Amino acid sequence: MSLLASAGSEPEPFHPPSISEFFPQVFLFQEPTIAWLGEEDPIFGINRIMLVRFIAAAVLILVFVLGTRRMRIIPTRAQSLVELPLGFVRDGIAYDLLGEKDGKRFLPIITTIFFMVLAMNLTGVIPFLNIAGTSVIGVPLVLALVSYVAFMWAGIKKHPGAFFKNALFPSGVPWFLYIIVTPIEFVSTFVLRPITLTLRLMMNLFVGHLLLVLFFAATHFFMFSAGGLFPLLGVGTLAFGFAFTAFELLVSVLQAYVFAILTTVYIQLALAEEH
Amino acid sequence: MLTTPLFLAEEGAEGTPNPLLPAFYDILWSSVIFVVLLLIFWKVVLPRMQALLDERSAAIEGGIKKAEEAQAEAAAALETYTTQLAEARAEAARIKDQARTDAAKIEADLKARANDEAERITAQAHQRIEAERQAAFSSLRTEVGTLAIDLSEKVVGESMDDARSAAIVDRFLADLERDGATR
Repeated sequence: MSLLASAGSEPEPFHPPSISEFFPQVFLFQEPTIAWLGEEDPIFGINRIMLVRFIAAAVLILVFVLGTRRMRIIPTRAQSLVELPLGFVRDGIAYDLLGEKDGKRFLPIITTIFFMVLAMNLTGVIPFLNIAGTSVIGVPLVLALVSYVAFMWAGIKKHPGAFFKNALFPSGVPWFLYIIVTPIEFVSTFVLRPITLTLRLMMNLFVGHLLLVLFFAATHFFMFSAGGLFPLLGVGTLAFGFAFTAFELLVSVLQAYVFAILTTVYIQLALAEEH
Repeated sequence: MLTTPLFLAEEGAEGTPNPLLPAFYDILWSSVIFVVLLLIFWKVVLPRMQALLDERSAAIEGGIKKAEEAQAEAAAALETYTTQLAEARAEAARIKDQARTDAAKIEADLKARANDEAERITAQAHQRIEAERQAAFSSLRTEVGTLAIDLSEKVVGESMDDARSAAIVDRFLADLERDGATR
């Protein structure tokens, strides 16, 4: 379509990727609004990214609710495809780090985090969706808060009263070192954990999207607008686009794994007797 | 770069939004999606999965138990078979021994019986011979006596009463026997 449009008179200009791509127009529920940090903000606003997230969530629900219906002891091939990732999160992450008893308690949260992050990461490379639901801060932030609340709750429930003492005053440290250790522990455990969780996930997908847009926009520009020998460069950028799409697939799985396993590790540390 | 003059100017004057500042609806919908997914995994998917795993391990345990039972049964059958075989072997050996001793006994019996028979036959023959000899001897004696008396009556011409003649005959015979013995 753009080819037809540009074939007319003016060559199409280069569209560089921009941050505003992560803030598309709210097209539904523009009202009611609230004053949020000085801006008018629709409460139930739905834009393209929210829609992508809904689609990802719907696909997840569909796959897992239908996939776990009428399961057989001897699995069919389709059932194995559903069992495999569930088993990976259960055995490879939850039971492996927490043991079976505690692993079972926290399995719903860990499983939800893993698959929600994975599905919303993958939307970044799925044609027509083309943006990761996790590349906008809402989902990473909410999930980081869930992780934060989960490990705090686990620690407080397991060691009522002693959790903060264990976390802030690690045993086996000479008392005068607490002057240094305690602030470091406080910042790293109670401040940095949710921030790093949020930013690691969001920035990976954010930058991934920008890179893909850059390569494909450049390809389009070189092929159809620049003329001369530029289409040759376009072949190169297209190849990079393909490579980075594959890389984004890897990043999607890896970041989902990292988010889930860090949440599990935080819970494990909170449950541990001493740090 | 060469493309600089073709860059599209940023649209709008509202400025680029800060990607680190979440919009309210972003947080809201993210939370809603998380809660819905959590409920579905927690209440639907994971319980089904757990039920399946339990069922599967029960089936595996059942299978193992069944296999163990079958094995025990087979072992018991083998045991019975082995003992039966040993019993049968012992029985066969016993029968063989019995047969051997029986045969020996029968042989000995037969031999003994044959010997007896032979002896009996020999003894009978002896007896018969003796009896016949006796009979011949006594009849000869009577006849010789009678003949001698008849002859002597004829020679002497006088009759002798029976008692006397008998005594004479006896004496005669005794003489004869004595003569026979001395000769």
